[in-house]
Amino acid sequence: MNFIRFIRFIRFITGSIKIVFHGSKTYYAWLILLLILILWGGFGYLGQITDGLIRTHMRDSVSWAFYIGNFTFLVGVAAAAVMLVIPAYIYDWKPIKEIVIFGELLAVCAVIMCISFIVVDIGNPLRFWHMLPLIGTMNFPSSLLSWDFFALNIYLLINLFVVTYLLYCIFYKKEYNRSIVLPLVLLSIPMAVAIHTTTAFLYNALPARIFWNSALLAPRFLASAFCSGPAILLILFQILRKTTKFEIKDEAIWRIAELMVYAMFIYLFFTIAELFKEFYSGTEHILYWEYLLFGIGDNKEIILYSWSSIIMGCIAFILFLIPKTRKNFLTLNIGAVLIYASVYVEKGIALIIPAFTPDVLGQIYIYTPSWTEIRTAVMVFSIGFLLFTFLSKIAIAIVFEDYNIDSLNQKKRLPK
Amino acid sequence: MKNKNSRRSFLKNISLATFSALALSGCDMEAFDQFFQQNFKTLSKKEKDRIIKNLEIKYKEKYGKEFHVSDKPPIEGTLFGYALDLSRCIGCRRCVYACVKENNQSREPQIHWIEVLQMEKEKGIDFAHSTAQYNPEKVPEKGHFYLPVQCQQCRNPQCVTVCPVKATWQEPDGIVVVDYNWCIGCRYCMAACPYGARHFNWGEPNVPAEEINTEMHYLGNRPRKKGVVEKCTFCIQRTREGKYPSCVEICPVGARKFGNLLDPDSEIRYILENKRVLVLKQELNFQPKFYYFFGI
Repeated sequence: MNFIRFIRFIRFITGSIKIVFHGSKTYYAWLILLLILILWGGFGYLGQITDGLIRTHMRDSVSWAFYIGNFTFLVGVAAAAVMLVIPAYIYDWKPIKEIVIFGELLAVCAVIMCISFIVVDIGNPLRFWHMLPLIGTMNFPSSLLSWDFFALNIYLLINLFVVTYLLYCIFYKKEYNRSIVLPLVLLSIPMAVAIHTTTAFLYNALPARIFWNSALLAPRFLASAFCSGPAILLILFQILRKTTKFEIKDEAIWRIAELMVYAMFIYLFFTIAELFKEFYSGTEHILYWEYLLFGIGDNKEIILYSWSSIIMGCIAFILFLIPKTRKNFLTLNIGAVLIYASVYVEKGIALIIPAFTPDVLGQIYIYTPSWTEIRTAVMVFSIGFLLFTFLSKIAIAIVFEDYNIDSLNQKKRLPK
Repeated sequence: MKNKNSRRSFLKNISLATFSALALSGCDMEAFDQFFQQNFKTLSKKEKDRIIKNLEIKYKEKYGKEFHVSDKPPIEGTLFGYALDLSRCIGCRRCVYACVKENNQSREPQIHWIEVLQMEKEKGIDFAHSTAQYNPEKVPEKGHFYLPVQCQQCRNPQCVTVCPVKATWQEPDGIVVVDYNWCIGCRYCMAACPYGARHFNWGEPNVPAEEINTEMHYLGNRPRKKGVVEKCTFCIQRTREGKYPSCVEICPVGARKFGNLLDPDSEIRYILENKRVLVLKQELNFQPKFYYFFGI
């Protein structure tokens, strides 16, 4: 019995792999573009492997930077992708199963990219096994990094399992077992909150870094994740609606945008509360915010990043707030791209760098990402996009194009 | 059927290829051995002896000198403490370079375990208005005082708490050490340290063979590799042999004091009992064993 199941699963996998290599010209052009980017980035990363992290612009003063910022951003994307299941359920959007599938696929890819960003950031990636329980010496529960490790991996496994199981069932034209899927989906929602909270606590737990040592850090994290994660799905749903049988009403898309406005408002409010406390009390802790917003002395390199993030975020907020621009798909999509970019710069640079500038002994080292860091990030993102493209291709074929076990048996023409 | 066979043979071929690749890499048994070496704290006496012997041979090959690598455990009944007289320090940075030499810090890229900050007398201890980049003809400069900072050997070290792999820990004599063969290089400890005491080997460290110090401790000044964190160990290779740290010995004005906090007759205890001492960033509750005081 088990053996038959195993064979069935293998056929599902081979069927899925087959579909990945059948596509239109645009599909192949997209794959080639991604491959070129992976190669270009990969050669940059190769330099870092041979020479060490000295190829980055990180130094003892600013010992964490762009890589860990990307990691943080992607944790937010992973978390928010799944949390979109809640409104889909509450407002009874019809394609809830499809939203679960694509949300979880995005989460899977985002978590894999997160782990990749950690791997490229550490000095000895081959020693990663030291962290594993049993064979290594994991510092659990003391180190927040070990908590994050557990949370991310459990989250990855749950999502991977649910999405594979759902697709497997559709592939074999079976009804899926609700008593398996429902509890796992319900579990993945608090886990989404958990991965983001543990990541925030990772920074929050350090009294040495005053910039992060604020109780509002985790709430701000969650709020900003609710802005960037749904932005991707918002655009993805529109693409799916145009190119496949995926049916989602305009109202549902506008509802997502409306929820994003609430998240943006909460984020703005938390940030203003933080700024008020820092600037009105004006203790020496103000230094880091001052560096972020205005620079210190002649060191103004970072304000390009911080203000571009603020301005993009504010424009997106206004576009999403006004009903007329929210319901116009052009302005809606501009807003979605802007808020995504805004949160990316905020998490990638503005969250991390001021915690290290000035450093703990008051010395200023100016950090901006080096080409090696940018290329390595491009590599990781391209690998993530490639994975997401493959997985979505499989999901689209199975869910919308009736690609199933019969089409595998009958040697039917594969859907493009 | 034929199709299946070719798939099977493909699988066979690929596993063969993997095995031979593994076997080839196995030629470099030393790298293999090092890769699977366990955390220093979990090693048996026998394993430690073997590893240390191998290290001595390897260093001899590389630098052409006889080396002595010790793994001497803490002396019973010692808890090391340090005191620095701010009124005497003239900011000459001799301690910085003595430390570099004693502890085999990389020259290029440059790593310094001690950072001396120049501060304005008017402002007191104020990191934001201090500079480590002072470079006058003569020190001390008028209106300034100097505050050397190195690992404060906290009683409550958060760098140890946050390490995800237990590659750094506090020894019973109070010294916080790093296992350079276990550190994964995540730098969480550097983010956690409020004194900037931890340093990372961003590139391959480089110590000239003629300048290398051959008296080493496994948890102290043995050569590091790129991608690991290092820090001040109170010269563990010296202090566990009953000597002073090299920064104490070199100081031309006697501003640096070192001793056993558990010994009531030690100089360090005299200072704690008779001088007004302070610790940096007391509000963080890391409880350093590195005290600053004003002797005159």
